[in-house]
Amino acid sequence: MAEQFVGKSHPRFDAEKVTGKARFINDIKAPRMLYGKILYSKRPHARITHIDTSKAERLQGVRAVLTGFNTPDVRVGFLGDQIALKRDKVRQFRDEVAAVAAINEEIAEEALELIRVEYEDLPAVFDPIEAMKEGAPLIHEVDARGKPRRNNILPLPWKLEAGDVQKGRSESAFVVKDTFRTTWVHQVCMGTSGCIAEFDVNNNLQFISVTNVPFGGKDRLDMFLRNLGIRGSTRILTPYVGGSFGSKLDTDIYEFIAVLLAWKTKCPVKILFDRLEEFTASPPRQPIIGTVEQGCDKDGRLTFRVVEMILDNGAYTSWGATTPSVMMVPISTLYRVPNISFRATCVYTNNIYAQAMRGYGNPQATYVVEQSMDQLAVEAGIDPIEFRLINANEPNETSPMGLKITTCPMKECLEEVKTRLDWKKKQGKHDGHGVGVACFLHVGGGARVYRSDAQGLILKVDDEGKVTAITGGTDQGQGSETIIRQMVAEATGFRPQDVNIFQGDTEICPWDVGTHASRHAFMVGHAILMAGAQVRAKLLAMASTWMGQLISRNLQKKARQDPDFKIPDVDLSLLSNPENLDISNGQIFLKSDPDNKLLRLPVAQIVRSAHMVGTGRGEMIVAEAFYDPPNEMLNAEGKGNLSCCYTFGAHGVEVQVDQETGQVTILNYVAAHDVGRAINPMLVKGQIYGATIMGAGYGLTEEMQVNAGRVMNPNLLDYKLLTAKDKIPIDPVIVEPIEPSGPFGLKGIGEPACVPAAPAIANAVADAIGVRIKDLPLSPEKVLAAIKGKGR
Amino acid sequence: MRRTIRFTVNGDPVEVEVQPHWPLLRVLRDELELTGAKMGCGEGECGACTVLVDGKPINSCIYPVLEAEGKQVLTIEGLVSSENELHPIQQAFLDKAGVQCGFCTPGMIMSAKALLDMNPNPTEDEVRHALAGNFCRCTGYVQIVESVRHAAELLLKNAKQTGAGE
Ligand code: FES
Ligand code: FES
Repeated sequence: MAEQFVGKSHPRFDAEKVTGKARFINDIKAPRMLYGKILYSKRPHARITHIDTSKAERLQGVRAVLTGFNTPDVRVGFLGDQIALKRDKVRQFRDEVAAVAAINEEIAEEALELIRVEYEDLPAVFDPIEAMKEGAPLIHEVDARGKPRRNNILPLPWKLEAGDVQKGRSESAFVVKDTFRTTWVHQVCMGTSGCIAEFDVNNNLQFISVTNVPFGGKDRLDMFLRNLGIRGSTRILTPYVGGSFGSKLDTDIYEFIAVLLAWKTKCPVKILFDRLEEFTASPPRQPIIGTVEQGCDKDGRLTFRVVEMILDNGAYTSWGATTPSVMMVPISTLYRVPNISFRATCVYTNNIYAQAMRGYGNPQATYVVEQSMDQLAVEAGIDPIEFRLINANEPNETSPMGLKITTCPMKECLEEVKTRLDWKKKQGKHDGHGVGVACFLHVGGGARVYRSDAQGLILKVDDEGKVTAITGGTDQGQGSETIIRQMVAEATGFRPQDVNIFQGDTEICPWDVGTHASRHAFMVGHAILMAGAQVRAKLLAMASTWMGQLISRNLQKKARQDPDFKIPDVDLSLLSNPENLDISNGQIFLKSDPDNKLLRLPVAQIVRSAHMVGTGRGEMIVAEAFYDPPNEMLNAEGKGNLSCCYTFGAHGVEVQVDQETGQVTILNYVAAHDVGRAINPMLVKGQIYGATIMGAGYGLTEEMQVNAGRVMNPNLLDYKLLTAKDKIPIDPVIVEPIEPSGPFGLKGIGEPACVPAAPAIANAVADAIGVRIKDLPLSPEKVLAAIKGKGR
Repeated sequence: MRRTIRFTVNGDPVEVEVQPHWPLLRVLRDELELTGAKMGCGEGECGACTVLVDGKPINSCIYPVLEAEGKQVLTIEGLVSSENELHPIQQAFLDKAGVQCGFCTPGMIMSAKALLDMNPNPTEDEVRHALAGNFCRCTGYVQIVESVRHAAELLLKNAKQTGAGE
């Protein structure tokens, strides 16, 4: 390809971050700013009988003490199943029962200690299966509209049926069925959550937020203001964000509380979580109990798949409860399965509740499906990779869910794993050394979860020859500050270093649905192509007006200054036709004579001339685009082409299991990924490395230990993240089928590598020790127990 | 009971009134407005608050400020040259994508600096060992390790050039 900037490993444009100048929410202060702190429940399920805040109110330096008793009863959350400060009862340990604002953090904390809350305990339920039973304690007696509830099952009957499962079953030569469990894991962003809320005298709210979804957040806060009876609207500003991984999609309760405190005090109020709060009061990834049954014919072709998922929803509902919509993608479409049945039940319990985390349900679903694939391969007596190759997805197919697959190098990825791991030699030994594989697919071209999946973009060219991209998207580290510059440069004819980016202000930036679903590069890329083409066309038209006279003036000037200079015999009239002109590196030149220095001008000079022409005749260069992709919302049956394209891949792992300690060591790790096209291969690898390590942590070490509703390991010592010392030799393989629906051929790559890591590791461990561990994570204790129990 | 302490930050002598129980990080961030060092945990676990005291990397969130009396403190803000040029380690983190969200980055770079000051040409394992106390949730560490090794190359090249010029 003749592209100049796209496809290159351009260094990151992130000088702010390496110099300590990047301002995160932690680093921002406002004049008269107060510090907000939240008092959480001491019980998992109880009636609040009394709250005494009088002592806290009297403490010097305290400016506001709020509870559910002195704030309006405004429901929040996507099912409207909670209020910011709880009044009648608490349903989990993280329930917010009171909040204070004070002139500093110490006073705010002291005030919390002075608040007395009296509870009357209620029977609690922590197991989703128990919670589904008749007679289980009701977590919510009524729903958001006040209608009595009869049980703890959420009114979200996730379901997908395709083909004829009975028929599939009857055609099967081999069938396996098993149940797997995954646990809570936390996003553990290195930057903890926080916000600053401030009202102006017109009751408008300025909200500095770490959100990835500024316009969705604005909608939620605007509705909150309306319901509070405040006639104002919200402007969201986003600073640098210390990681997200899904944790910053929903508007969280502390954010509503900051608004209440700011309204009460009419001062800016900052709430910043400490690490303990981050672990205990921010919603992690949802645990599941997944039962999967699937079969194949005697040749190994899949005949049917039935999956039942039970999700522990915790006490309230955030995006975690919608993850089954993405689970459907792998359950229906990972490999070619004609007959599908999927059902997911979300159940209220007195546990913590969950929201999005990298992969959005896909890691859990792929975990159960891919282990079952290995079990079925064993049953059918086929090598696990061969079994997957027999059933691999192919390009240009429509899956039972209605996903239209475009490009699909799944087989290529599997072959890469096979060769690079030397699979044939190592598989099937059960001698403490083993190999495992897992594939995945994920949305690669957005996901229409709302009526719009659009991104807006404005490009403006200034008279210094710089382009500013004003975008509604956000960056939380994935590298859009670099690839946006590469793509804008490519689309407009400037250089990456001539591109500036402005984002993070809902007042100025054009609308965007949010930086989720690995969609940002895809959407912004298309918007860049659309707006970039306009910029080029406008610039060439402008140049055709100005270049002739500017160049002729330049030549005459040169001749005046240098008597030896002869004005060359050139046909300047060629310059007055835009079709004869082109732009590259910020210079406009004659296509037919691109190397002629006399016939080229910097864009800056042309734009400046167009700005400075005199009354009423000036022009500027601004272009806008609103790209909304041709993907579909799922219909009532859960079907539709959710994304413009899907990304595929395979992870292969070689492990050594210590038979004495149960310790799993990863000796080799191949991560083969279909990325459509890598805009910046170095950054693509960065996403693969980061997400793979996160997925490997999910497989091996990470677990929020939740005991009777309480998080028992809410710190970085006891929550085991992988560190630099856990050397996992990842071999990232980038496969580039050039996706026709993608801008420059790309597909999204933010989440995928997090999906297949845990099942690939679990399959490798099963291959190494000859027994399968069905619950995550594969801690040394569990592995050892499995080895010991093998003889029985 | 407040006390006045004196130490040097990024070459500048400072005199600050502190509470004796304050950690150094609090003084750097809140009193001196050096917000480059980050608070990721406040418990000495994550390394986001790493700064150098007399050349040694410490977790400033648990380092008692009184212990800094008379010492040389170096923070991420002190790495950019007086000509406003990035330090080679900073440049290397951009060149090799050792930075994603950037929250761990100031701490990572300071740990890397301490390592490279002592060991100008570390192996991959030595780098991984030196960074074991700095958590990063974004990068999976691979490109951080590559950045540090690239920084070592840049620094060695610079040293050779200055050496040759003398
Ligand atoms: S903030 Fe100091 S180690 Fe985490
Ligand atoms: S770059 Fe985000 S935590 Fe390291």
